[in-house]
Amino acid sequence: MSLADHIAIAPVVVPALAAPFALLVMRRRRWLGVTISFTSCLLMLAAAVTLLVMASDGVIRTYEIGGWQASFGIVLVVDRLAAIMLVLAATLSLLALLHAVVTETDRDGWHFHPLLQFQLLGLNGAFLTGDLFNLFVFFEVLLIASYGLMLHGQGSARLKAGVQYVIVNIVGSSLFLIALGLLYALTGTLNMAQMGLRVAAIGAEDQWLLRVAGLLLVSVFALKAALVPLHLWLPRTYAVATPPVAALFAIMTKVGVYSLIRVVPQIFGDGAGSAAWVPSPFLLPAAIITAIVGFSGVFVARRLSEQAAYAIVGSTGTLMIAVAGWQTDTIGAALYYLVHSTLAGAALFFIADVVARRRGSFSDTISSGPVFHERQSVALLFLAVAIGVVGLPPLSGFIGKLLIMGSVADAPWWGWAWAVILATTLIGVIGFARAGSAVFWKEGPVTDDAAPARVARSDMAAAVIALCLMGALSIAAGPVTAYGEAAAMQVMNSANTVDAVLGVG
Amino acid sequence: MISLEFLVASAIGVLVAGGIYLTLRGRTFQVVLGLTLFSYAVNTFLFASGRLVVDRAPIWSKTVTEYADPLPQALVLTAIVITFGMTALAVILTLRSFLETGSDQVDGDPKGKHEDDPS
Repeated sequence: MSLADHIAIAPVVVPALAAPFALLVMRRRRWLGVTISFTSCLLMLAAAVTLLVMASDGVIRTYEIGGWQASFGIVLVVDRLAAIMLVLAATLSLLALLHAVVTETDRDGWHFHPLLQFQLLGLNGAFLTGDLFNLFVFFEVLLIASYGLMLHGQGSARLKAGVQYVIVNIVGSSLFLIALGLLYALTGTLNMAQMGLRVAAIGAEDQWLLRVAGLLLVSVFALKAALVPLHLWLPRTYAVATPPVAALFAIMTKVGVYSLIRVVPQIFGDGAGSAAWVPSPFLLPAAIITAIVGFSGVFVARRLSEQAAYAIVGSTGTLMIAVAGWQTDTIGAALYYLVHSTLAGAALFFIADVVARRRGSFSDTISSGPVFHERQSVALLFLAVAIGVVGLPPLSGFIGKLLIMGSVADAPWWGWAWAVILATTLIGVIGFARAGSAVFWKEGPVTDDAAPARVARSDMAAAVIALCLMGALSIAAGPVTAYGEAAAMQVMNSANTVDAVLGVG
Repeated sequence: MISLEFLVASAIGVLVAGGIYLTLRGRTFQVVLGLTLFSYAVNTFLFASGRLVVDRAPIWSKTVTEYADPLPQALVLTAIVITFGMTALAVILTLRSFLETGSDQVDGDPKGKHEDDPS
């Protein structure tokens, strides 16, 4: 095994080392902790990009931890899908870190940087693992870190939302364990590839049990992805979390979507008897309602951060409409939109913070206040990001939605999908226009406590970079969609993964 | 004579029922208790997923031909550690939330504060 093969585990090892080191040195030397955090994220990005390039040849690489043969030991699987998610997570973490350091929100508590690294450890692990129980463990790692990050900065609003967030997720984890137990009892393995083979051999008398297990597992992922009716925890949690943390959480719902894309074709594919594609009948209606609920939330939100949280819900709904097609081209389109919507959601949280920092007691409420510092540039930035989020040209949201609509055009339910995507886009446009005109256009009476704060312009950096990335995503739409299509092909053709993991042939 | 399977299954069922009932209550202490019961049930369930067998060795031995499944024990151990940590976190968090907001309702609403509180 050459050194290059070990890059596969770097996205897990780097944050696992960086987190305790940052924790140790931060009490005495804050700058050293920040340096460790940045270095770790940059290393992760480098490793992720290397894996992305390596995976572009279409070979599915596996990494057996400790040299234990797959199905006995834990195996990491690096394919195109995993590489895309790794690059996205590393990029987003750098943006969140930049914003946190520039706005000094990382100083609100002691443990921002170690928790961020643990969060990334969980995220990267979840994207890489080929073992269902290991997926559960990495889910827990990222959740535990997210509890800490969510409460970063404290305050009663965060504690209130935090209690609900923790309770909802503990229940979700318990359901995950029940599903795992059922699947293990039925198949006798936890390796996803092997499980996919063994579900085909399950007798007729146990088919109902397999369906129960599949639906439970899908419900857990739907909870993470915040699909209606399991979305209620999200808006409140994200709206009160510290802005850089909320931006990082933009990828958390995508972990649920990722898990669905990974697990359903692999385990509940065509070979699963009566449990084949078991979530299909429920996923599409849920996705459609999620898109409607999310963008309606954008319309009625009272604060910009709340609006950003609802935009995340809505974009997950749009994303799931494509995923629910379970075809190579729909999932390929979904992957492009997934990358875009994560960046766009994060940018929206950054902007909400930029506005809040400049408006004193008006904060980021959607209300008219006195003219604030650098109002025009912030307004332009908000306009551009909002264009990206709702999916108007020229930014990547437009291409993403176009791809999704094109890919579902063959499905019998295309009318529903098109109607909902177009209608929610319109609702989103009106919602953002309303927010923009209230915050940036109208002028309210000048009050003493709303004295416009002068803050350094550098806090717009993260939002501007996110915006540039969205621009780059639309310029490079050709290669990115080609990569996404190829990734979707790998995922849908689960036999290849089985060969790569179990070493058959 | 009831079978082992019936005993374990009904124990899990009772725990889950109690857990769900308590988790749906409005006050945080009851919810934490409910989560604990629920996680006990899940752990027992996970343990049973390797089939219930009596008097079998889990590890290789020369004299034995039939084994108990050793994997669920490892899984349960992991799950116990995680749920224990989570429960501890939930306790601390609800306590902090109660001290900070003065309400022990899950929705943070103070109106139900004195309903069934004798003190």
